[in-house]
Amino acid sequence: MSLIDTYRAYRARPKAIRRTDLASQWQLMWWRFRKHRMAMLGMILLGLFGVCVLFPEPISPYAPFERNSKYVAGAPMMPHFFEADGTFHPRPFVYGVKSERDPVTLKLRHTRDETKIWEIAFFVKGDPYHLFGLIPLDIHLFGTREGFIHLFGTDFTGLDIFSRTIHACRVSLSVGLVGVLVSFVLGAAIGGAAGYFGGQFDNIVMRIIEFIRSIPTLPLWLALAAALPRDWGPLPTYLAVTAILALLGWTWLARTVRSKLLATRHEDFVLAAKLSGCSDSRIIRRHLLPSFMSYLIVDTSIAFPEILLAETSLSFLGLGLREPVESWGVLLYAAQSIRSVDQAPWLMIPGLFVIVAVLAFNFLGDGLRDAADPYSK
Amino acid sequence: MSDLLTVSNLSVRYPSREKTGWGKPKSYVSAVDDVSFSIARGETLGLVGESGSGKTTLGLSVLRGVEPSAGRIQLTLPRGTLDVTALSSKELRRARRHFQMIFQDPYASLNPRMTVRDIISEPLIAQRGLGESLDRAMINARVVDIAQRCGLSRDQLRRFPHAFSGGQRQRIAIARALVLNPDLVVCDEPISALDVSIQAQILNLLAELQESLGLTYLFIAHDLAAVAYVCDRVAVMYLGQIVELGPTRSVYFTPKHPYTEALMSAVPEPDPDATLRPILLQGERPDPSNPPSGCRFHTRCRYATELCATAAPTLREVANGQFAACHYATELTLQGAQDLRERKDERVAV
Repeated sequence: MSLIDTYRAYRARPKAIRRTDLASQWQLMWWRFRKHRMAMLGMILLGLFGVCVLFPEPISPYAPFERNSKYVAGAPMMPHFFEADGTFHPRPFVYGVKSERDPVTLKLRHTRDETKIWEIAFFVKGDPYHLFGLIPLDIHLFGTREGFIHLFGTDFTGLDIFSRTIHACRVSLSVGLVGVLVSFVLGAAIGGAAGYFGGQFDNIVMRIIEFIRSIPTLPLWLALAAALPRDWGPLPTYLAVTAILALLGWTWLARTVRSKLLATRHEDFVLAAKLSGCSDSRIIRRHLLPSFMSYLIVDTSIAFPEILLAETSLSFLGLGLREPVESWGVLLYAAQSIRSVDQAPWLMIPGLFVIVAVLAFNFLGDGLRDAADPYSK
Repeated sequence: MSDLLTVSNLSVRYPSREKTGWGKPKSYVSAVDDVSFSIARGETLGLVGESGSGKTTLGLSVLRGVEPSAGRIQLTLPRGTLDVTALSSKELRRARRHFQMIFQDPYASLNPRMTVRDIISEPLIAQRGLGESLDRAMINARVVDIAQRCGLSRDQLRRFPHAFSGGQRQRIAIARALVLNPDLVVCDEPISALDVSIQAQILNLLAELQESLGLTYLFIAHDLAAVAYVCDRVAVMYLGQIVELGPTRSVYFTPKHPYTEALMSAVPEPDPDATLRPILLQGERPDPSNPPSGCRFHTRCRYATELCATAAPTLREVANGQFAACHYATELTLQGAQDLRERKDERVAV
């Protein structure tokens, strides 16, 4: 009996097929990703942000420009389950508000009135709105039947910060999304061409990328954003800011695509495909692209917060988006005066959203990178 | 036996990394320099030599995996002679059904994102666009047939490469190379990345397949024992040139080139009592971009004379079917693989 026969006899034994044996690369990635707790947390948070982007009107109790003249610069109102004397209230509630004028400064001061209890109701009728600009509705996720509720307080004009922050998700995250998508297309095309054609073209593209990357980003954004005409409306400004961020953001991806292309082009399995007679387009489609797609996705998820932060910084400095567009940066712009730091520190709550969103993207990118790396444990 | 592959005066030059101001390379490295040989149909030609001697480049350039810079490669097929060096890129893709390659590292040569079935069927699908009419059922039948010949079962075809061990992966790579029913297969160190226990299985599999499918192998290896086991003839390479070529037995036991002698002294003996007396070469391997004058081996050869430093020897027949590129090939008495070690029985006699 030759060695081969022995081996065949050994292999002829029925052997259980493990689940991982039949799993594709993407399935393996997903299984590994699921084990990464922070990444899963990041994904859940981003899912919640996604819901906010799609349905800001029903989630927020008020319209973003609905003023509450009875509660100007009011502090955040906490929901409670227990009354002051300790009795349990099955329905969450907020305490009422007592407003009185300070006899010395004549300033209106709001204090908590523990005799009044405003119950929080779910799916209440409120300000009318059009869902997706089409469906007329007036149902809000939560609200109060009597009185009002401002979870994050109000600003100096009596606008509800919570509602505005939720509405701002749409612009802030969509700037990031569009910016990343445009950079993705530009970076993949330019980096791909540089890596594929190589030679002089590659050289020139790489020097241009180095030049762009060597310019300090913030002054460059400022200069470009300051060049936008002040009399442009909110929509053109929004598009222009997105375009500026995208046009400067493609360099990281172009580099990744190029280096991955150069690395995978010399993999044995690509040479094997060439030697079996595969055409160039088949090699690119079947072998090159799939092998670095996972890296691109990871890089994109890490680049997303950069664009988000860039938009926030620009708007915070008053050079990006402006009222009446709501973005987290625009909301923070309103929070930067000494008066707001002193009298209404809750105006800075949108900053927490920026931090949470950036962290969520970083966790997600971290988990994706670990999952995409076949050599990680 | 008729020759299947005839390689004449093949050279491969790589541009060096240093560039002149105009982006032109300053010098070229000759990885393969003026190499000629032929392989008969059904034969296995071994190609041995130290790392960097140009074995892999020679194997790749025969398949035009790297473009030869000079020389001719001809394939004699029943339908006529195919001049591989003259093919256009489209014709070359079509012609690839006649010659295939098995790679050294089965972990790198299989795309981790494709199932075994996709990997093995890829050459068929690639050829389908080139005038071959193959429907799904035919491709499937061919894939299952070749996979079973290579010792893979039908239900393993659904799996991905990561589910397999090194030896099994190499079986997949062999199946992929053979699915087009090629005439010539270049095996580039097909066993050196495998466990020793698996190496024999793969060698036996290659031998079995050669017999049943009538294959011709160019077998590149640095494992001299494995080469002795599977090869009919052996070519020894040093610094991009073939220094000796002949029947395995003659090359191993009566080498005619001093480099072969040194190489043969390194063949391990499966006898724990045998002691090796390796001939240690002096000095470093010369820089291939600036090879020594005359005989390329003279800087390290213990028999070298002044003639060797000036005149380059040509590959000439010194014994029946045995060629050597040495001025003193007929005069020197060199030791073969067996002479170079003390036999156990000799020691017992002492």
